[in-house]
Amino acid sequence: MTAVFDPGAEAGRATDAILRDTLHGTARGVVVDSPPGAGKSTLVVRAALELADAGRPLMVVAQTNAQVDDLVVRLAEKNGELPVGRLHSSDADPYDKALDDLPNVRKSAKAGELAGLPVVISTAAKWAHVKVDEPWRHAIVDEAYQMRSDSLLAVAGLFERALFVGDPGQLDPFAIVGAEQWAGLSYDPSSSAVTTLLAHNPELPQHRLPVSWRLPASAAPLVSDAFYPYTRFRSGTDHGDRRLNFGVPSDGSGPDRVIDEAAESGWGLLELPARHTPRTDPEAVRAVATVVRRLLDRGGAATSERSPDPTPLTADRIAVGTAHRDQAAAIRAALAELGVTDVTVDTANRLQGREFDVTVVLHPLSGRPDATAFHLETGRLCVLASRHRHACIVVCRAGVTDLLDDHPSTEPVQLGVTVKFPDGWEANHAVLAHLAEHRVSWRP
Amino acid sequence: MSLISTLARLEAVRTGRAQPAATVRHRHLSEHPLVLVPLTTAGEAGAPLGALVGTDRDAPRLLVVPQPRDRDLRFAFLAELADVVLPYIDTYADDVEAAERNETDPETGKRVKVEVELCADAPQLIVPSRAGIELVRLLGRSMRFRRTAEQDPETPHPAPPRVPLLGRWLTHFGERARVPGSALLLALTEVLGRHWATGQSSLEDQHLAALLAWIDPPDGVSGAEAALAAELRRDARGQLVCPPAGPATDPAFDNKLLAPAIERYDRARTALAAAEDGLEADDRLGELTAAEREIRALVESVTRPTWDAVWHGIDLLRALPEGAHAVDRWTRDRWSFTGHRDRIVAGEPPQPRRDDAVTAANKLATREREQARLDAQEALDDPLVMAGRRLAGEAFAGEVTDVVMAYSEGKSPRPRPLVTVRTDDRPHLGERVKVFRSLAGKPQSAEFVGHEEEGALIVLRVVDKMGRGKEPETGSVPEKGDRICFTLFEHEQRGGAKLPDQEETPWTHGGPPGEETAVQESADPVTEEDVL
Repeated sequence: MTAVFDPGAEAGRATDAILRDTLHGTARGVVVDSPPGAGKSTLVVRAALELADAGRPLMVVAQTNAQVDDLVVRLAEKNGELPVGRLHSSDADPYDKALDDLPNVRKSAKAGELAGLPVVISTAAKWAHVKVDEPWRHAIVDEAYQMRSDSLLAVAGLFERALFVGDPGQLDPFAIVGAEQWAGLSYDPSSSAVTTLLAHNPELPQHRLPVSWRLPASAAPLVSDAFYPYTRFRSGTDHGDRRLNFGVPSDGSGPDRVIDEAAESGWGLLELPARHTPRTDPEAVRAVATVVRRLLDRGGAATSERSPDPTPLTADRIAVGTAHRDQAAAIRAALAELGVTDVTVDTANRLQGREFDVTVVLHPLSGRPDATAFHLETGRLCVLASRHRHACIVVCRAGVTDLLDDHPSTEPVQLGVTVKFPDGWEANHAVLAHLAEHRVSWRP
Repeated sequence: MSLISTLARLEAVRTGRAQPAATVRHRHLSEHPLVLVPLTTAGEAGAPLGALVGTDRDAPRLLVVPQPRDRDLRFAFLAELADVVLPYIDTYADDVEAAERNETDPETGKRVKVEVELCADAPQLIVPSRAGIELVRLLGRSMRFRRTAEQDPETPHPAPPRVPLLGRWLTHFGERARVPGSALLLALTEVLGRHWATGQSSLEDQHLAALLAWIDPPDGVSGAEAALAAELRRDARGQLVCPPAGPATDPAFDNKLLAPAIERYDRARTALAAAEDGLEADDRLGELTAAEREIRALVESVTRPTWDAVWHGIDLLRALPEGAHAVDRWTRDRWSFTGHRDRIVAGEPPQPRRDDAVTAANKLATREREQARLDAQEALDDPLVMAGRRLAGEAFAGEVTDVVMAYSEGKSPRPRPLVTVRTDDRPHLGERVKVFRSLAGKPQSAEFVGHEEEGALIVLRVVDKMGRGKEPETGSVPEKGDRICFTLFEHEQRGGAKLPDQEETPWTHGGPPGEETAVQESADPVTEEDVL
């Protein structure tokens, strides 16, 4: 009998095992690794509802206010009856106004006012200020790989047991000052919460979600091979399940040709002539903006398993990703000049956890004379290359392969620190090698 | 590297002189700093060869270890160093002023104000370079766990009385130096590099003499030429005219001068030990003293140029007026100094070899907060630094062209004036981004409302610091024609959340220190290659 891969059943089995360990296991913690778009949020919502059903008071820790608000909305969508507490800061506009329309969501800046609710959700930063006499029976820590060890230290006293969920391939947390002093210590405050947790509790059950529902069949193998070589995953959809069509035919220009290539194959590389440039390379910035403009002008329509009819490719379904904030700002300005306003333009850090139909990426190494640890960081490229449901178009100067060969990773090896594989150098090469097959050279 | 520092370096190359990177001095300089120019022995980490140390630029104290591999001599050196450094520290420990500190009352758990002592000034240690700071840490680490005969009569190799104490202080200085903006222990190359941009790489800037050559070249010589000469020029004996600022020495010095001198010293010592009668011993003692004097002269010859260079650098820095916030940060240094003084007086044990989980997290949080505070304060104190932030899109300055009074909605409307600023800067402003300006030393915040005239005009809504009434207090709202500067970064840092006490370290971090749940260091497993 040949085993046919049934993504739904596979994912279901994984989820069942996770929930079994969470609800009925004896370990104090359960760790779940989730590749991009593998239904992490769905899992968190489901686990929260089941824990609430089982009558266990639950606190949920997320990393940003946007993530918290998103979880609250999802919980309310699944179960409008469940009373949910949204603990927020005392700043102006501390939460999304959409929460005001949810009758069973109580909002407060004081944990005491939310006492007794089955589920209370907040950011790690806010939880750190909460004092309790009686710890929560259970916690869910979302985006645990992006949480720093020291913020876990600040909140871990609030709960007895916890489910830690996150994506190990995304950007690691960072510190704005040097932390080499603690490198190699099991509780290095600048490492990720999961690293510390597992160093002290290696026996905790670890699970992973095996199917990415976001990434198309064209992207999952590459992202899996390049960024998750030892914990591979599959796409939930097959080749042909998703299509991207354009009403307006190509005008033969570089941007149009790369759009067609990406619509066909899921990937496109718009390669500009080799050149050392400032970070906000004006030509590359304009090229990114032009690609976005053409994506909108050509009347794109995306067909997917979600609905039988094609949905139009609108500005809110497109994102632009960069490495630096000034690059994002320059692209926003260039887009505004072309009359495009509603397209999300942001850095990899801020695009984490988001999903779009098409992404346009300014390659982190484009035009650079050197490849620093920042630009080589595996997670940065992983985030940029895994936000799309249909296609990803990368804009880059030629010569990055040589640049990589000239700059092998030279970070000092620290004793006692688990080396993360793959390193950014390797991952960059893997992605470039794949992109080379979808290259459109263009001289603007 | 920021765009403005790249520009400054390019300009330095073109003009042949270092360009100012700051218009004020961003670090507090003590009136009586203790300068330490240490040297170590090649090939043996932590074996001091000698040092020039003192507070008087004309009368440094020369300390030398004539045979650095002799551990008794090494101890003697450290004891002598303690005799210089500890009395210097003590002069600051006794002069105190009354201050208040928030503490948690152990009975009620409430935050209460407690009257405590704060040292009126603090000692300041200046070493030539970053490597000097590393050596201070290493010396601290090597001394603080030693036991004196008084502490433990059984100890096989007792340390001289004040050596462990010196170790604790050097460790404290070394740790404090990791806090951004602190000034208890300064590396001169770092401080100079903060205030001037040279035409060489930041790696080359770590050579003190070359750095000074760019900042203050001799008449008629360009900085590049003077820096090259400082790095390479040798005298007739093949010795560098500007010896390395240490603690490493030049191999040519080690091989040609130091090694033969130490050999003569060793021979004289052996001969003295073998002397058979008093007369012979007297002669040989004379030889030994001569050999030692020769080593002392050698060590002085390679530390004195650095000593003078350090004071030259201090002079250059003193010529700059001190930045307004530098004194705030120095006050934190004074707190840090007072705190350590109190821990020593209270008889607490030396700093542990490694931080526990809670201490490490607290230190990291403090340093991150101090870094953000330093970045903000330097920009507020110094228009040149602010220019760099403006160029990076993190601030903007301009003239107020219009002020329209407006009010918030609600039962008691509050003033929310709309202020229009004309600027040539291009800040990265997004919807409702908050911006801040300094109003009588306190940050006033405003919200970005929109652009006009393609970004040349920025419309802001001022949201606070206008008093309690319906009408804003006089002077609290910018007026038409005012030149103002807003930043996108906050001026003040909030304190972080309180972490659990050490004894309450949670299970995720190994539980309280000392418990068995903590991760034990395991020795490397024995492999077939292990032959010993």
